[in-house]
Amino acid sequence: MSVKAIITQLLAQLPEHCVLSHAEDLRPYECDALSAYRTLPLAVVIPETEQQIRIALQICSENKVPVVARGSGTGLSGGALPHAQGILLSLARFNRIIEIDPQNRTARVQPGVTNLAISAAAAAYGLYYAPDPSSQLACSIGGNVAENAGGVHCLKYGLTTHNIQALEVLTIDGEQLTIGSQALDAPGYDLLALLTGSEGLLAITIEITVKLLPCPEVAQVVMASFDSVNAAGTAVTATIASGIIPAGLELLDRPAIEAVDKFINTGYPKDAAAILLCELDGTQADVSAQIERVERVFTEAGATSQQVSRDEQERQRFWAGRKAAFPAMGRLSPDYYCMDGTIPRKHLAQVLNRINTLSAEYQLPICNVFHAGDGNLHPLILYDANIPGELERTEELGGKILELCVEVGGTITGEHGVGMEKINQMCVQFNNAELQQFHDIKHAFDPDKLLNPGKAIPTLHRCAEFGAMHVHHGELPHPELERF
Amino acid sequence: MTIQQDLQQQVQSAAASRSPLVICGGNSKSFYGRATSGDTLSLDGHQGIIDYTPSELVVSVRAGTSLSELEAVLEKEGQMLPFEPPHFGNAATLGGCIASGISGPRRPYTGAVRDFVLGVNCINGKGEYLRLGGQVMKNVAGYDLSRTLTGSLGTLAVLLDAHLKVLPLPQLETTLVQHCSAATAVELFNRWAGQPLPLSGACYMDGAMYVRLSGMTEGVQAAVNTLGGELLDDATQFWKQLREQQLPFFSGETPLWRLSVPAATPPLTLDGATLLDWGGAQRWLKTDLAADVVRHCVTAAGGHATLFRGGDRDSAVFQPLQPAMLALHQRLKHRLDPAGIFNPGRMYPEL
Repeated sequence: MSVKAIITQLLAQLPEHCVLSHAEDLRPYECDALSAYRTLPLAVVIPETEQQIRIALQICSENKVPVVARGSGTGLSGGALPHAQGILLSLARFNRIIEIDPQNRTARVQPGVTNLAISAAAAAYGLYYAPDPSSQLACSIGGNVAENAGGVHCLKYGLTTHNIQALEVLTIDGEQLTIGSQALDAPGYDLLALLTGSEGLLAITIEITVKLLPCPEVAQVVMASFDSVNAAGTAVTATIASGIIPAGLELLDRPAIEAVDKFINTGYPKDAAAILLCELDGTQADVSAQIERVERVFTEAGATSQQVSRDEQERQRFWAGRKAAFPAMGRLSPDYYCMDGTIPRKHLAQVLNRINTLSAEYQLPICNVFHAGDGNLHPLILYDANIPGELERTEELGGKILELCVEVGGTITGEHGVGMEKINQMCVQFNNAELQQFHDIKHAFDPDKLLNPGKAIPTLHRCAEFGAMHVHHGELPHPELERF
Repeated sequence: MTIQQDLQQQVQSAAASRSPLVICGGNSKSFYGRATSGDTLSLDGHQGIIDYTPSELVVSVRAGTSLSELEAVLEKEGQMLPFEPPHFGNAATLGGCIASGISGPRRPYTGAVRDFVLGVNCINGKGEYLRLGGQVMKNVAGYDLSRTLTGSLGTLAVLLDAHLKVLPLPQLETTLVQHCSAATAVELFNRWAGQPLPLSGACYMDGAMYVRLSGMTEGVQAAVNTLGGELLDDATQFWKQLREQQLPFFSGETPLWRLSVPAATPPLTLDGATLLDWGGAQRWLKTDLAADVVRHCVTAAGGHATLFRGGDRDSAVFQPLQPAMLALHQRLKHRLDPAGIFNPGRMYPEL
């Protein structure tokens, strides 16, 4: 069926204002927060009712038209990048909190509700929704489910998958399924786990039941400086080994500290090679006891200075620098590229040193601001997309960093998702049998491969092509040939 | 040939001849699920801890490893399996623990088995060796199949190794007892769970509620003062007996149902003896009532019911799935186990 015929069919069955098809209307949807990748979809459908979503899915399903779902478009891996032959399904108008159940400590929400809006609504009951991706002001809970989003506090409180209880989803045929339940588990296979983080490849989420936790009585931050990244890494390990699970444990290296300091006045110690921000939360009695222990551990690990936030205002100030890190990079460099590998923490120092070597080799500066407690690295590569070839070099360097993460037993993505961005590195992390198994799982949900096709799981063909050019464990496929 | 290769070969030949396999660890949970039959695929020889660095909070373990041995190793380093798994016998293995997906009293406050599974290595129905998930805390590469295998009763794949997140043992654990009605207990459990208290267990039976607090000494002491009640002597033994179903409540031949309901659901009006656990979210019911009577009541409350022990093991032990959901389960099973050889019928007759 032609493009025109599809749009005609959508317009025939949906209100006119719910279907966008002129290029100038499609432009705002051409990318998500990974703006290096852009594609215009055939059309954007912005339904207002569940029935309209069903209709759109049925039209696409019958005509074999790809569907890419989108929440707020804040994703960092191109998961909501449109498909040139498909429609983009925006769930932005599903922005209602349906019900908060303070007794059972859950909230039923529509997918377009922002992450932070849930906590804001739950605050009246002394409850909140724990996962807190840095984009929580804007990002949608539907997108969080699609990506299995994390955040600063997931060391203690887990990822999205640990904090949701049920989903209402539509399959590509428009059939509605309840995944999970209002109880703590559901009969049958744990499809809640399978769908969370499936990047919109298996089904479209139309309602989410999230778990709510009691707001901690108090939260305090210990800020410590170290004269080497290694010492800070040791302090992280020693903290966990001492039996404490901080609510958050973040590391900034010197380039990151300097960048942040130029952006806002953080009061971070300027001479530090690395600083750690360690947040502890709970009852006042618990937090005071933990702070005492953390300070001792940090001292033993060689902290050169330490400060404990005295009040909420000071705690916010300590965090302000960490939260400003990405915008600060934006000021320092025309463009930056944020990586997301996770490694076993014991390899932290080794990996950071090798990232420095790679940075020098590619002549691209890298700042490190990351979730040290759970080994989730966010190296930020600074580059200028206007310099010809620099984006390509950046992507290659990024790929190298991800491969390094896999080499030490880690993963190419801790919380941002594979999307379009890391699709080649999936070939490094998984072998053909594993990738084929993933494709088979998709087949059980979406046999015609219409939901977000081409993302998250590479085809074996793509991996063969990537592998042909790929240097595996330092061995070039054809070492006799010169490569540039 | 390695044990892994041997197992792969056994799976391949079973698939070729479409002969069912009964996957077996320590056989401690054979009472659970529906009856199944076939050649035994034993994980007995596949034992040992592969990797354990306590400061990583991650342990990698072979499926045939004794659960008690694993727990002893963790305890020596001041750590634990946070989901407090029931053993149901000395022979219990880690593989069986993950395949059954049964969590203990700590579950509502700390998490379920699946919450701590970071990755698994397994053999699918084609005899292929697959590494799913990983050994790190945060990992969103590929579908999260390792958690889906958790609790699938061996119907999807043969679990070989698991990477688990572990947590430090609490500095102090204390249990408070108060006498009250079941309705009051449910109300208090859920009111307290909405407050920043270090809860780690909450159950009710025979007119008394038992609330366990775990954490730093200071925080637990403060909570004891807030909540009130008598301190329980030998609390460790009490929670262990609850977890292992060794309390007097669990004795006898009457069928034992597990009711999973929204935690704040008021006491259900079903004939039989009830024990509330998980702060009200998991209820044990000993009854001779028909399955549809039990399920009708539990479904109306937003939950589901499992015939946990006893009764007819050829019947619908697990709550029947809606047709579209069952069809999806069948497609998934087929995609992992095309010949349908893994524990056929153990979960549902159609799987």
